[in-house]
Amino acid sequence: MSPISGVKLSGTSSALIGTDYPLDQAMNLHEYQAKQLFAEYGLPVSRGLAVDTADAALAATKDLGGERWVLKVQIHAGGRGKAGGVRLVTSADEIRAFAAQHLGANLVTAQTDAEGQPVNKIYVETCVDIARELYLGAVIDRASRRVIFMASTEGGVEIETVAENTPEKIVQVLLDPLIGASPYQGRELAFQLGLEGKQINQFAELFMRLARLFHECDLSLLEINPLIVTTEGDMHCLDAKVSIDGNALYRQKKLAAMRDRSQEDSRENQASDFNLNYVALEGNIGCMVNGAGLAMGTMDLVKLHGGAPANFLDVGGGATKEAVTEAFKIVLSDQAVRAVLINIFGGIVQCDIIAEGIIGAVKEVGVKLPVVVRFEGNQAEAGLAKLAASDVNIIAATGLTDAVQQVIKAAGDA
Amino acid sequence: MSVLVDAATRVICQGFTGAQGRLHTEESIAYGTRMVAGITPGKGGQILLGLPVFDRVQQAVDATGADASVIYVPAPFAKDAILEAAAAGIKLIVCITEGVPVLDMLLVKASLDARGVRLIGPNCPGVITPGECKLGIMPGDIHLPGRVGIVSRSGTLTYEAVKQTTDLGFGQSSCVGIGGDPVPGSNFIDILGMFEQDPATEAIVMVGEIGGSAEDEAASFIKTSVTKPVVAYIAGVTAPPGKRMGHAGAIIASGKGTADEKFASLEAAGVATVKSLADIGARLQEVTAWA
Repeated sequence: MSPISGVKLSGTSSALIGTDYPLDQAMNLHEYQAKQLFAEYGLPVSRGLAVDTADAALAATKDLGGERWVLKVQIHAGGRGKAGGVRLVTSADEIRAFAAQHLGANLVTAQTDAEGQPVNKIYVETCVDIARELYLGAVIDRASRRVIFMASTEGGVEIETVAENTPEKIVQVLLDPLIGASPYQGRELAFQLGLEGKQINQFAELFMRLARLFHECDLSLLEINPLIVTTEGDMHCLDAKVSIDGNALYRQKKLAAMRDRSQEDSRENQASDFNLNYVALEGNIGCMVNGAGLAMGTMDLVKLHGGAPANFLDVGGGATKEAVTEAFKIVLSDQAVRAVLINIFGGIVQCDIIAEGIIGAVKEVGVKLPVVVRFEGNQAEAGLAKLAASDVNIIAATGLTDAVQQVIKAAGDA
Repeated sequence: MSVLVDAATRVICQGFTGAQGRLHTEESIAYGTRMVAGITPGKGGQILLGLPVFDRVQQAVDATGADASVIYVPAPFAKDAILEAAAAGIKLIVCITEGVPVLDMLLVKASLDARGVRLIGPNCPGVITPGECKLGIMPGDIHLPGRVGIVSRSGTLTYEAVKQTTDLGFGQSSCVGIGGDPVPGSNFIDILGMFEQDPATEAIVMVGEIGGSAEDEAASFIKTSVTKPVVAYIAGVTAPPGKRMGHAGAIIASGKGTADEKFASLEAAGVATVKSLADIGARLQEVTAWA
């Protein structure tokens, strides 16, 4: 994994603005989409076509011409090469076999989960001969509050591994937000990478175009691994990885339209459609909390007391009955869940309104599992009174620690 | 005494006539905050909640002598609103808005640093000096004027720390939510430095979370530059790597920024840490020996 491949510098569902765009994660592009973007910015990429059938793959090789092609499965994960998702082919039989093997199947790589990612498209590309492989990436460096470009002579190797073993092989430049990139910074990187002759200016030009792309397209991550020197001595982008800041999708409509939901977690998507933030974990205690920090803190508390949280779920500051109902559905869709903990610190939200939501949701969804509720803050007592007066079976906790201990006990008993 | 804001702070609200701006300004006024004006471009000349509405921040500053602004505008307009406030001479800007693009924040932060303007947030609950001034969305009634300075990346975790210090009778000097974004206007060390200088602050609670290295930088800063007792809590021990946990900045990227790492940095710097968020108040009592 590259340092950057795990990065989801992303946006979040906003309580302050309504939007059609899913904002709670960085949006990844497929390689073929990223290369299309690269081509628009005049960056050197191979000619290629994305296809979704074996026949189309064969037709693509004819359109592209030549005698050798590279077929690459298109998924939102790295490690495709080692997993058999990239192949050099020279015949129709090989192309048909590759398409038959992958299209409609899932590919498991070192970077996916055990199920892998679905392959719906194959990218057919012309071949180039490699003299040298390099690495070039850009990301937002939180500590310096700058866009940082990193390059290394160890192309094809995960940058994280290089950083761990041979950090001296990584060279970097920071972009001043008020000035932007300058060609000298590109030349600095080029010389340090040991490039020579025409490659120096080619690299500087490439760097300037990438910096412009990063800013104009609101990227949170950009990675070319490998960036190669061809046998003709020219710089060439052999791979392209791009993630877009989820918070910026409102002004990146063309890129937002490239979103491929098949590559994303369906429960996380379902949650984000209701302005909820959900992340699945391995445990059996479903958690429903307001506020991201408190949601994490609640999970930690469950773990600290010997339980295992099943999920992270932030119902947000403006939790409505509909949101609570949806949150229940998502939490309960995890078959491992044995009990549910609801932890609300009423700031803007009123606990009595949340209580109505819980009662309604428990009835509507038909919740059979034990539900432990801890209310604090705004209208907490009124909320607890509403729960007590209702005919739904809810365990009211007297405090944070009590709530966690009660839900762990309930999960064990259930 | 306090940090950032007090009873004398003259506050304007940008995004005043929107639902959020209006609601929270009303609450701030009820809390006793010296709100002096609101800004909504195109709605100048109106009176709302007894406050004059201006089209431009500069007009409001000229007319009222405002020195702080709290911003509730939607995310696409946050950068512009912050830069407008800074250009008008506002020295403290608190941006509540969630979802501001990170490249906007890089530019804003560089620009404000050059001007010497302090920004708190975005994606934060705001700043409060209990009993004096409330800029933001936190519930005022859980606070108590007192001696603990609280700084946090999370809204609801701040409320937990506030409630515990209120229940024990310690109260708070000021509470600062620096926000959950990867590039915040102010970081822990900025606020820790202020608490160290503030005579009313006798001890500090710091609430961090996974992602980035702000807590590690804070640990180094505390070791060299903070003499007051600090109790720290970090959320996200159970957070899986590579997943954003609600806040844009709360993500363990390539194994870096874990809660365990941050706890270790803080403990190495001699900071008292708590693994349970329910123990913040009790640990504070222990390290201060307050009755």
